[in-house]
Amino acid sequence: MKLLGISELSLHFGGVTALFNVSLEVNKGEILAVIGPNGAGKTSLLNCINGLYRQGSGRIVFRGRDISRFPPHKRAMLGISRTFQNIELFKHLTVLENIMLGRHIHMRSGIISGSIYWGFAQRGEVMHRRRVEEIIDFLEIESVRRKPVGTLPYGLQKRVELGRALALEPELLLLDEPMAGMNTEEKEDMARFILDIAEEWGTTMILIEHDMGVVMDVSDRVAVFDFGQKIAEGSPVEIQHNPRVIEAYLGHQAG
Amino acid sequence: MRPKFPFVMDCGLFTTSYQEDMAVLFSPAAKIKVAAIIAFFLVLPYFVSPYFISVVNLIAIAVIGALGLNILVGFTGQISIGHGAFMGVGAYTVGILTTKVGLSYWAALPLAGIMAAMVGAVFGIPSLRLKGLYLAIATLAAQVIIVYTIIHWTSLTNGSAGIVIDAPRLGSASMADDRNFYYFAMLLCLTAIVCTVNLFRSRVGRAFMAVRDRDLAAAVMGINLLKYKVMSFGLSAFYAGIAGALLAAYLRVITVENFTVEVSIQYLAMIIIGGLGSVMGSIYGAAFMTLLPIFLRSAADFFGSFLPNIAHFLLSMQTALFGLIIILFLIFEPEGLAKLWKDIKEYFRLWPFSY
Ligand SMILES: Nc1ncnc2c1ncn2[C@@H]1O[C@H](COP(=O)(O)OP(=O)(O)OP(=O)(O)O)[C@@H](O)[C@H]1O
Ligand SMILES: [Mg+2]
Repeated sequence: MKLLGISELSLHFGGVTALFNVSLEVNKGEILAVIGPNGAGKTSLLNCINGLYRQGSGRIVFRGRDISRFPPHKRAMLGISRTFQNIELFKHLTVLENIMLGRHIHMRSGIISGSIYWGFAQRGEVMHRRRVEEIIDFLEIESVRRKPVGTLPYGLQKRVELGRALALEPELLLLDEPMAGMNTEEKEDMARFILDIAEEWGTTMILIEHDMGVVMDVSDRVAVFDFGQKIAEGSPVEIQHNPRVIEAYLGHQAG
Repeated sequence: MRPKFPFVMDCGLFTTSYQEDMAVLFSPAAKIKVAAIIAFFLVLPYFVSPYFISVVNLIAIAVIGALGLNILVGFTGQISIGHGAFMGVGAYTVGILTTKVGLSYWAALPLAGIMAAMVGAVFGIPSLRLKGLYLAIATLAAQVIIVYTIIHWTSLTNGSAGIVIDAPRLGSASMADDRNFYYFAMLLCLTAIVCTVNLFRSRVGRAFMAVRDRDLAAAVMGINLLKYKVMSFGLSAFYAGIAGALLAAYLRVITVENFTVEVSIQYLAMIIIGGLGSVMGSIYGAAFMTLLPIFLRSAADFFGSFLPNIAHFLLSMQTALFGLIIILFLIFEPEGLAKLWKDIKEYFRLWPFSY
């Protein structure tokens, strides 16, 4: 079943074409890897999907609704969540607070009930805190839950950011290079988390990743981008043997 | 979600433990400390001079205003040079409603907060597009517009003559009495402190801090930036409105001089010196900025008896001194008195083994 449908999406920055005529479908429950050389437009694609960039032309349909003109917070409310290539955590806040913010759309207290706190707001805090603790448990970050995230090492920050995205209980989770800059062990942990998320929550994911080994291991399908265009799409094995893909990668290496 | 917790059925246990875990005063020592502080302030007016009480009253008013500005600047990462004017909206609302409409002060007080909140929210709308210096200038425009309106809408505000109001009464207790006013102001001040602490351990306050730290990430987590920025402006101005209404009851004459751009800057100084994004910092900063001119004046009086030139110099340098102190704090202790005090406590906790 189709969860996300992108049709003929284009995005320009002045003279630079970040995306050109991209059409892509994502099915419910699958992990779609997006690969491509630097500057291929991968991050731009995610930015269009969750509304940080407004496409020049084209349509984005999510769960049967045209969300092309929705602002980011509305798309979040519909169930799109993400992590960023360059960690975008709330760095003065603790791990707990960051992940609690992932639950923002599920919580209900407002300015007045929050200022009074006792009663409605507190009940909400306790209830959602329980969910957050489950995620903290799952990601094995119990020991740092009260630390301001700005003080944590890079690998842990990446995990907290995943936790925050998960706390939203997304229908569609966008992961922009979740393993970039990690050592082998950290990468294996992250790959395990991603597979566990898919298995236990059935979350649909779009994963940008450069490490082909990881892509082969975790993804159901791969889309390849180059110069803002989708040049290939298929199963990991098909992609590995696709001449255009090989050329794109080798070509870039030669140049 | 994941059935990972074997105890997840045991809701009661979780509720109490997380509740305790999230409590502000989790240790008995903290509870005793707070009880002692409250007891101290309850008996204080019986041991000090009326002048001393009136100074504490001014500090209490400033604390409410400073908390409001800190919500916006320190916790939400916006900027406002219109805080003084929002206080003015509160004060004039009380003045107009009590003298022209015939409402009691107690009915006018919450309306003063609401009126200021609405005005603040409107002037907060540009914050979606403007940041930093540009937002500062936009809020300065709010300040100028409000003061201009107050001066020129004479049929409503009496212009530069101001509005004189009666001291609010509660039964037989008149707020013209410093001690009565003290308990009234302290109650509001305590409420403001508790509400602010509560706000920032719940959903909306957290969203404010998220907007401050990384607004795009906040939007991606489902936070409507315009709504939350406007809410922060509104809430900040609500506190200002209440502080202004209190000041009106304290002075009993409402004139525009109390709500000028200098006042706005003084409030900014309070939260910078006290500590941005800190509730305790708002309190320290408000006390500091209220006491500083008083100390300066008594220093001037003291020196004045034998060195008249120094006295004159001290008084005329007051504004420059404020500026200097702000700059020094920005350079050497950007987290303000709150951080300084924390460091001192930390130092003595480890003393004499610290180095
Ligand atoms: N905000 C922006 N302003 C101007 N140009 C941009 C902006 N964002 C992206 N671009 C340009 O769009 C193109 C695609 O960038 P994008 O970040 O999507 O690539 P990417 O595939 O994610 O690359 P990488 O692997 O380096 O992360 C690049 O040429 C980039 O310079
Ligand atoms: Mg990228």
